[in-house]
Amino acid sequence: MTTPAPEPGTVAAPAREPVVEMAGITVEFPGVRALDGVDLRLFPGEVHALMGENGAGKSTLIKALTGVNPVAAGEILVAGEPRRFTGPADAREHGISTVYQEVNLCENLTVAENIMLGSEPRRLGGLDWRSMRRQAREHLARMGLRIDPASSLGSHSLAVQQLVAICRATVVDARVLILDEPTSSLDTDEVAQLFRVVRSLRDDGVAILFVSHFLDQVYEIADRMTVLRNGRLVAERRTAELPQRELVSMMIGRSMELLEEVDRAHDAAPERPADAVPYLQAVGLGRRGSVEPFDLELYEGEVVGLAGLLGSGRTELARLLYGADRADVGETRVKGTATRLRSPRTALAHDVVYLSEDRKGEGVVGDLTVRENMILGLQAARGWMRPLPRRQVDEIVEKYIKALGIRPANPEALLKNLSGGNQQKVLLARWLATAPRLLLLDEPTRGIDVGAKAEIMKLVAELAADGMSVVFISAELEEVLRLSHRIAVMRDRRKVAEIDGGQDVGTDDVIELIASGGEAR
Amino acid sequence: MSARVGTVVKHHLFWPLAALVALLVACTIKRPAFLRVSVLDDHLFGAPIDILRNSAPLLLVALGMTLVIATRGIDLSVGAVVAIAGAVALTFIASSPDPDSLGTVVGAIFVALGLCLVLGVWNGFLVSVLGIQPIIATLILMTAGRGIAMLITGGMITTVNSPPFKTLGSGFWLGLPVAALVAYGVFVVVAVVVRRTALGMLLEAVGINPAASRLSGVRARTLVWTVYAASGLFAGLAGLIFASNTMAADANNAGLFIELDAILAVVIGGTALSGGKFNLSGTLAGVLVITTLSLTVTVLGVSPLVTPLFKALVVIAVTLLQSPALRARLRRRRPGSPAPRVEQPAENPAQEVHA
Repeated sequence: MTTPAPEPGTVAAPAREPVVEMAGITVEFPGVRALDGVDLRLFPGEVHALMGENGAGKSTLIKALTGVNPVAAGEILVAGEPRRFTGPADAREHGISTVYQEVNLCENLTVAENIMLGSEPRRLGGLDWRSMRRQAREHLARMGLRIDPASSLGSHSLAVQQLVAICRATVVDARVLILDEPTSSLDTDEVAQLFRVVRSLRDDGVAILFVSHFLDQVYEIADRMTVLRNGRLVAERRTAELPQRELVSMMIGRSMELLEEVDRAHDAAPERPADAVPYLQAVGLGRRGSVEPFDLELYEGEVVGLAGLLGSGRTELARLLYGADRADVGETRVKGTATRLRSPRTALAHDVVYLSEDRKGEGVVGDLTVRENMILGLQAARGWMRPLPRRQVDEIVEKYIKALGIRPANPEALLKNLSGGNQQKVLLARWLATAPRLLLLDEPTRGIDVGAKAEIMKLVAELAADGMSVVFISAELEEVLRLSHRIAVMRDRRKVAEIDGGQDVGTDDVIELIASGGEAR
Repeated sequence: MSARVGTVVKHHLFWPLAALVALLVACTIKRPAFLRVSVLDDHLFGAPIDILRNSAPLLLVALGMTLVIATRGIDLSVGAVVAIAGAVALTFIASSPDPDSLGTVVGAIFVALGLCLVLGVWNGFLVSVLGIQPIIATLILMTAGRGIAMLITGGMITTVNSPPFKTLGSGFWLGLPVAALVAYGVFVVVAVVVRRTALGMLLEAVGINPAASRLSGVRARTLVWTVYAASGLFAGLAGLIFASNTMAADANNAGLFIELDAILAVVIGGTALSGGKFNLSGTLAGVLVITTLSLTVTVLGVSPLVTPLFKALVVIAVTLLQSPALRARLRRRRPGSPAPRVEQPAENPAQEVHA
């Protein structure tokens, strides 16, 4: 619990005063103390990572700083002066800008308009469009980005939109930049680009607060870390002085055991008999402009991992198997019988389910309750005329809330009020309640904390051990390797290789396959 | 105690019902016998009965509108459909050899409702299959519909004399107006079906997140199609009641602006135009407020010239009182009241719902 003073002389320790100093911050919600006496110091020219599980209080702390959450006790000093902001706009005016996980920009405006929104150059009582575009281009250029300011934001990938959001945050001379999960939907190249921008901002003397679940990224970019657990401060350390293992045990502790259990469940997977028929077989299945024709066999009791970079066709492949997109060539066979999976409904009728990577857009029905969200798939399959009996609903809901450890354990809570990890568990429950034979999981662990990740991976391993066929898609190769019995490697919308998983296959092997397009083996 | 008052005030029916009571009180002050119901010729008579009967067409239209709005849609064509239903039914009766027979009237009703169902299916096709924005898709029929009605009546105001048909709009059964019995009967049946089956939940799911619903196996397209068809059918029934009330098919004025009244009723009832969660009881309250309002205007002797203004003022008052932003502001003014409940923060902070 010691807080080492910044030591002069080393690279990461500036001999300057902190630009933000929060001390003894306590935030209370009805019935919950979300933060209990937490300290945080942000130094100019330093990247500071805020670490902790979901619900540890990271977002609450950020919101306490920017004035979204009322602070019950504690002190906030900005550049040495005590301050309480009335909201993000107020904080922004004082040089503290926040970029959220989900891009909060207007897709139907141009890049320039998004960047300059709120600080538009004016002329003769109207907007000066030309200088708006020029200024936007300058801001982009300063970050080393080459994006056409006149193009519409919606026409760009999520990654570019994220970079535009950061660019927007720097328009107002940000002294402090808060990046909340900026990398959760970016691939390796895009992360590298983002980090270049972050480093150049840091070198300009900006204090950056970085929140991420990706440990590797945190170790790559952060100079200093603050670790929270259950709303309390665990420690503030310099990155160089905090080994990964110690960080993880600071954050949780128990999930390491869970991961060991995953390994055990994985090892226990049985040998498949020689005459086994795949539960689902894709033969030359493809869709123009989406994914090139591929063959894939999915057996019961087996986890097949899909590895590849973002945009390599992993999601598109899964969507074809589910009928969310229609294939225009090839065929699918369910237990050896040719079956056209034309729509999600037909896939569901064959006990195939798909958990989308886009949790918010294609999974969560936010204004419905946890209970309604859980039974949605089952009820949809039964049709509207045969409502599930209330007793059965209650049994299902109670069972999955308990089995998956969903918090809060309240079936009547609106799903939008749950944390990301818990929302994901509810969506998993929606599918498990339909008793599927094939589970297509697209990024089931994205944006959720280490503990929930380990729980979900353990669940997947157990489901496979019970005879379910699982397709597991994740940007995190280690997760894919840990869980998968076989791994299909994707690159440029093409399935380039298929290898058996196992202890002797390492991330390097898969990276090699992705890089070489499957020619290495 | 004050906590209980708080929950009552927060209930979605509180403000529409308060508005209704206020209007009734205003009328009673002006005319003390306003709420009296008397029996005349075995029929119930009085202002409350008038309100029930006059609210029948709007209730039917607003019922369909609520379901359409729940799926993120809107149906602007209902007024035109009202006109078409009347035109078809009365033209059918007028051209039949025996306008007085029950058979003719039943035939007319079926033909009119059948056509309105087809029109609703057309709207549903444009929205759910072709993916046209609901406001544009139904605007087509809103503009074209009165032309169609004009075509059917040959540009005239068709009038007929057919006692069995007249019963629908102005008859009484068991002392109550037939129009009200029909409309409230349909309303109750639909409300029960929606909430006792899974239909309500599935409609809400489609309205809140269409993509997630489709991936969950919900027949989103069929559901959307169905609500537009139902809206057309209910508007047709409303049109028949209108026509039977006046026994004249006026292609230009029948059901004029009823789509706006219906949307108002839905909004007053607490269903958001952004779709998703809906409540039919609120719509019923909204319909009663709007119908009572028309009666209040006459009772209070407000000049017909400024009637729309008076109506607008009441509607503004109700919607303002329901506005969460305004309520939060009022709450901040009163330091003694409890602070707004803050939800346990979710891990992703950018969760504001975009309307």
